[in-house]
Order: sequence, then C-alpha cells, then structure tokens
Amino acid sequence: MKITKETVSYVAELSRIKLGEEQTERMLGELSEIIDYMDILSGVDTEGVEPLSHVFSINNVVREDEVKPSYNRTILIENAPEHTEQSVVVPKTVE
Amino acid sequence: MTWETVMGLEVHVELATKSKIFCSCTTEFGGEANTHCCPICTGMPGTLPVLNEKVLEFALKAGIALNCDITRYNKFDRKNYFYPDLPKAYQISQLYFPFAKNGKVEITTKSGEKKTIGIHEIHMEEDAGKLIHSPFGDATYADYNRCGVPLIEIVSEPDFRGSDEVIAYLEQVKSTLEYLGVSDCKMQEGSMRADVNLSVRPVGSKEFGTRTEMKNINSFKAIEHAIEFETKRQIELLESGGRVVQQTRRWDDNKSKSYAMRSKENAQDYRYFPEPDIPPISVSEERLAALKAEQPELAGPKKLRYIEQFGLSDYHASIITLNKNIARIFEQTAELCGEPKEVCNWIIGNAMYLINERSMELGDVSLSPRVFAEFIKAITSGKINKSVGKTLFEVIFDSDDSFDIDKYIADNQLAVIDDDGAIYEVVQAIISANPQSVEQYKEGKTKVMAFFVGQCMRQLKGKANPDKVNKIIVEELAKQ
Ligand SMILES: [Zn+2]
Repeated sequence: MKITKETVSYVAELSRIKLGEEQTERMLGELSEIIDYMDILSGVDTEGVEPLSHVFSINNVVREDEVKPSYNRTILIENAPEHTEQSVVVPKTVE
Repeated sequence: MTWETVMGLEVHVELATKSKIFCSCTTEFGGEANTHCCPICTGMPGTLPVLNEKVLEFALKAGIALNCDITRYNKFDRKNYFYPDLPKAYQISQLYFPFAKNGKVEITTKSGEKKTIGIHEIHMEEDAGKLIHSPFGDATYADYNRCGVPLIEIVSEPDFRGSDEVIAYLEQVKSTLEYLGVSDCKMQEGSMRADVNLSVRPVGSKEFGTRTEMKNINSFKAIEHAIEFETKRQIELLESGGRVVQQTRRWDDNKSKSYAMRSKENAQDYRYFPEPDIPPISVSEERLAALKAEQPELAGPKKLRYIEQFGLSDYHASIITLNKNIARIFEQTAELCGEPKEVCNWIIGNAMYLINERSMELGDVSLSPRVFAEFIKAITSGKINKSVGKTLFEVIFDSDDSFDIDKYIADNQLAVIDDDGAIYEVVQAIISANPQSVEQYKEGKTKVMAFFVGQCMRQLKGKANPDKVNKIIVEELAKQ
C-alpha cells in the first residue's frame, strides 16, 4: 500500500486534525515508513491458514451486572482543554 | 408514474441492565451531568473494558425471540469516528461477527394485512453521550452519562413498503422486548430509537433507488410524518428531473421537515477493526436451549390463548396482548371478576382513550386489577350505570390498590337511583316547566323526547337507568 499526500489529508480530516503543508510532508514520510515496515507481513505465505480474529485463545470474559460507584467527576474532566464544573466544553457541533 | 417506497429500519434499543456494558457505572436515566462515569466509559488510556454478562443474556434472548439464527461465535469491533459525544473516538460495536442473523417478525398492519419482515442482523454496541448546545454563544457541553449504556441494533431487510408496516413492525418488536423484560422501550426517553432508510422506485422496478437515512425520530407519529415527507420529497425531486443524493437527514418534528446532516459521499469511513480488548464470545447449545426454555409467553401465543380462554375477538385480543403490562392488568382483573369481555371493553374503550389523551406509555399504566374488578362488579350488578361508570373509571385509573370503591360510590352518591318515586318526581317537574315542548310532542315532534330525557338525566345526575327514565317520560306525557 502506497501512502500519498491525499491519504494523509484524508486521515487528518477523519480525525478532525488540521495539518499544515510541512506537517503533511512529515506525516507522509512517517506513515510510509510504518506501512512499509508492516508490509513485511505481506510476504508471509498464508495459503490454507484460517484468519485469526483474536490473538488470545480465551473466550467469554464477562463480569456480573453489578453497579459500583462512579468516579470523581472533577478528576475525570480536569484534563479536558476546556470544562465547567459539570461538563467538558467542546466546540459547537450543530451541522 | 406510480412510485413505490422501499424502506429498511435500524432500531436501537437500550438494554435494561443495572450497569453499563463494559464498566460498573449505573445505567439509570437522568442524573447530574457526568456523574455516571468512570475512566472506562470516558475512554481514558490504559483502561480495560469487560463485558457485562447480562448484556449478552438480554441480547441472546432478544435474538431468539426475533427468530434469529444465533451465531455460536461472536465478537466486537471498533467503529472509528471522531465526534465529541464519543470520548474514545470509537464505538465498540459488532461488524464482522454479530451475535444474531436472519431473523423474522410477523406483522399485521392496521388494515389487517399480514406480512413477514426479515431481520438482517442484530448486534451489541455501546451508546454515546449527549451534547447539550448552549442557547447563548457557541459552547457545547458534553454529558457522558449515557456513554457505555448497552444497546442492541436491530437491522431489518429493506422489506417495508408503507409507514403502516413500519409502525406495525416497531410495535411488534417493542412488545416482544417488553415481554422479555430486556428493555423498557420508551421512545420518549430514547431507550428505543429508529433510523429509517428510504428510497423510491417506479412500481414494478427491481432495482433500488438511491436511499437517504433519517435519524433522530423518537415517536411513532414522528416516524409516520417523516416517511410521508421524505417519500414526497424524493418523488418530487425525481419527477422534476433531479436525482436523490445519498445522505443522512435529520427529522425535525416541530417543523415537520427533514434536512441534510452530512453527506455520505464524504467522511463516513468508519475504518472498523477487531476490538483487541474484548475476547470473543462463544455460545453453547446448552445455553441456547436453556434460554429458549426460559422464554415467557409472547404476544402472539398469548393472543391465541385469550381468544380461546376468554372468548375475545381476534382484533380485541391483539390490542390487549400487545403490551405486557396491559395484558397483565386484563388477565388478573378478568380472573378476579369473571367478566373478561366487560374488562376488555373498558380497557379498549376507556383506558386506551386516557392513555392516548395523556400520551402515556402503556407500561406505565398502574391501574389495580383488584380495584378494576370491583368496578366491573359494580357495573355488571347494576349498582352504577355506564355513564357514571365512565367518570368513575377515570378516578380508579389514577388511584392505587388501596382505593375503596364502595365507599367512594356511597360518599359521592353515585349509585343508581332505584327509587321510581324520585324519578317520577323529576319527570313531572320537567314536564310542567316546559309546556312548549309538551305541545311540540303532542304535535308529533317526537324529537323533543331527547330533550326531556337529557333534562331528566341531568337532574338525576346521570344516576338513573336511561331506559326507565324514558319509559316514565312517555307514560307521563301521555297523561298531558
Ligand atoms: Zn463507567
């Protein structure tokens, strides 16, 4: 898979990240390196091998339906770039 | 050209578990913003979600009751999208191996038409948070209390051709899930929501037209309006030479209009991949068999039993059995008073009227079977008449189980007037007060009878037997 400038812009748009010309160039290089590295896997012969859907061979890890106290709200939202005492404040989203 | 509407439905239902799908926060509705949250449901790095076993159980029960094939092996995937109602920037859902497939729901529309609607699949997923837009300025506040509340999404086949079929299907699904006790399906509180995919095509065409998806519709009435509006919009567009653009539209019920939200041709790429944090789920034959054995009597079989056991008509039985709570009230009352048809008539004629008038959920009706049975006995024994009964029914509808109906009838003097003397007295007084009407009556204008009966019944506060009043008036008029 070849990473192009368009791919970088597209992924940035999906992630709602604004990239400048210089940043796009840098990302193009970094992402290409990662993808090329992962591409080594394409060389493996997988003929007749069942696709793996999960790495561990354990199933059915569940917990009981039991309510436990929730977390301290102040601590939960304090790292948000903007917040009130009750809520995280986000940019206006109405389309 | 004649057009045909083709629709498919995606129904989201919140499951009635106590805790969230992947953490132990409460699922309780309401609560102060962000007080039902923890590091897991707010997507903090390094946290590990663990599946709530009750979610799986409820989901499987729903899948079985909606006649699906339960997949013996299911697993979760990440659906990536960046929006502030979703703190993880992905929703844990099921794409590749949903837990149920190929279901079907038998529906009967209002006009009595029967049809089978296919269910493509059902999957488990988590709900997102709520965004509250400030009426002043540009701020939007995020409340993550709903984040991680368990949902199932029921995806139908594109089998619907009219809004009556859509409504019948939603009623059927709601009924089934309520009987199972897996959801309270309250559309007003958002615990049941429907997205409608709609396209139009010339009648006889085999190809589907371009569809639009309408989200955010939260009542049966709104769904009917939205379908009507969108069908008309697409037909007008096509007939004027335009084309339908594939898009998501938001239905605004206040304005009775839908408008485009975001274009599907752009930026709707969810980049699903397997959820690495949650191991797959396998469902054994034993478990399936046990769940099947546990299934309570649903509306369909209950309806047949009511026809057989209580002699209800097919139509009445289907209204009575649609909702679990109404069926319970009916059955318990009928057993207490032994007058099933009378009970059925009062539910359909009077309770349903009050429920509609107040836009109540059927599940919230708290009419006590004991009080209701006493009421029916008062009617059938002739202690009170039907017109007093109508008023009294409203009182018992709102009362609780401790209500003393005999005392209420005595205190308010509602009992039927048995004393003929009292009726004669009232009739004679009315006749002598209205000589003109008496003349008209003598001239053969029998229509004035209604006037006399009305006047007398009013004077008697509706508590006499109307037939008897009628008879006495005729008798007295003959003497004039
Ligand atoms: Zn939580």
